[in-house]
Amino acid sequence: MDAATQTVADRELLDRLRAGDEDAFMELVDALQPAMLRVARMYVSSQAVAEEVVGDAWLGVLKGLDRFEGRSSLRTWIFRIVTNIAKTRGQREGRSVPFATLAGDDLDAPTFDPSSFMASDDPRWPSHWSSIPADWTGIPEDRLLGAETLRVVRETLDTLPPMQAEVLRLRDVLGWTSEEVRNALDLTETNQRVLLHRARAKVRRALERDFEREANA
Amino acid sequence: MSGSTEFSCRELVEALTDYLEDAMPADDRARLEAHLADCDGCTNALRQFRATIRVAGHLTEEQVAEPSRESIRQVFRRWRSDQEPERGR
Repeated sequence: MDAATQTVADRELLDRLRAGDEDAFMELVDALQPAMLRVARMYVSSQAVAEEVVGDAWLGVLKGLDRFEGRSSLRTWIFRIVTNIAKTRGQREGRSVPFATLAGDDLDAPTFDPSSFMASDDPRWPSHWSSIPADWTGIPEDRLLGAETLRVVRETLDTLPPMQAEVLRLRDVLGWTSEEVRNALDLTETNQRVLLHRARAKVRRALERDFEREANA
Repeated sequence: MSGSTEFSCRELVEALTDYLEDAMPADDRARLEAHLADCDGCTNALRQFRATIRVAGHLTEEQVAEPSRESIRQVFRRWRSDQEPERGR
C-alpha cells in the first residue's frame, strides 16, 4: 500500500471516528478484530480472556483517538495497544510466554529438503541442486488459486507457531508493510523477516506436496 | 552472507525472502541475481516463493463472530455517550 494513500485513508477514518461515526468504527472492527484476537490469544490463557483484552483495547483506542498523532499507521497503533494489554494481562495471569514458543524453534531449519542438494563437499557441484524444484508457471490459474490450494494454505497456517502464522497473514494475506508488521507485533526488522521466511517456506513446501501428489496421481 | 564468495543454491534459497524484501546489500543482490540468471533450479525456487505469496494473497480474513461484534459495538456506544457532555460544552 502506498504510504501517502494510507495516510489520507487514515486521516479520513480518524475524522469519522472522532466524530462518533459508528459505521466507521464497525468497519475497522470487521477489518482488524480477527487478527487482534489471534494476537491477544498468543499472550493470554483462553479465548474468553482474549475477547476481554480486545474489548479493553478498543476502549483504549477510542479514549486515545484525540491523542493519536499519526506517527504510525492507525492499525499499527491499534495493534500496539492490543499487544501491550495482552502482555500485561498474561503476566497478571502468571503466564509468561517465551518468545521461542510464539516464534517457533525452527527458525534456522532449511527451506528446501536438504536431500534436494548435492553434498556441500561435492567436488563438482557443492550445494547445488540434485533435483531442481518444479516449474509452477505451467499450473493453470484455477488450480493455483483454487479452493484446494487455499485449503492447503489455511491448514498449514494453522499448524505454524503463532507468530510465524501471524506475520504471514498480516504481510501476505492482508498486505501490510514490513514496517507496520514489525511495529504492530513488536518484532525486530530481522525477526520479522526470519519469521516471514519460515512461514512462506512451510506454505511453499505444503503446496509442493499437494501439486506433486496430483502430478503422481 | 557477505564477502566475495558466490551463493550456492543451498544458500540462495535461504536468502529469497531477504531478496524479495529488498533487504540485501547491493553486492549480495548483484551476486544473487547473477546466480539466478544462470540457474534454472534457483529461478524455479524464486518463482515458487512468488507463487506462494500470491496464493496467500487470495485467502480471506475470518469473519468477526456476531456476539463479539455486538459487544464491541456496545463499547463504542458507551464511549460515545460519555463523549456527549464534553461535546456540548
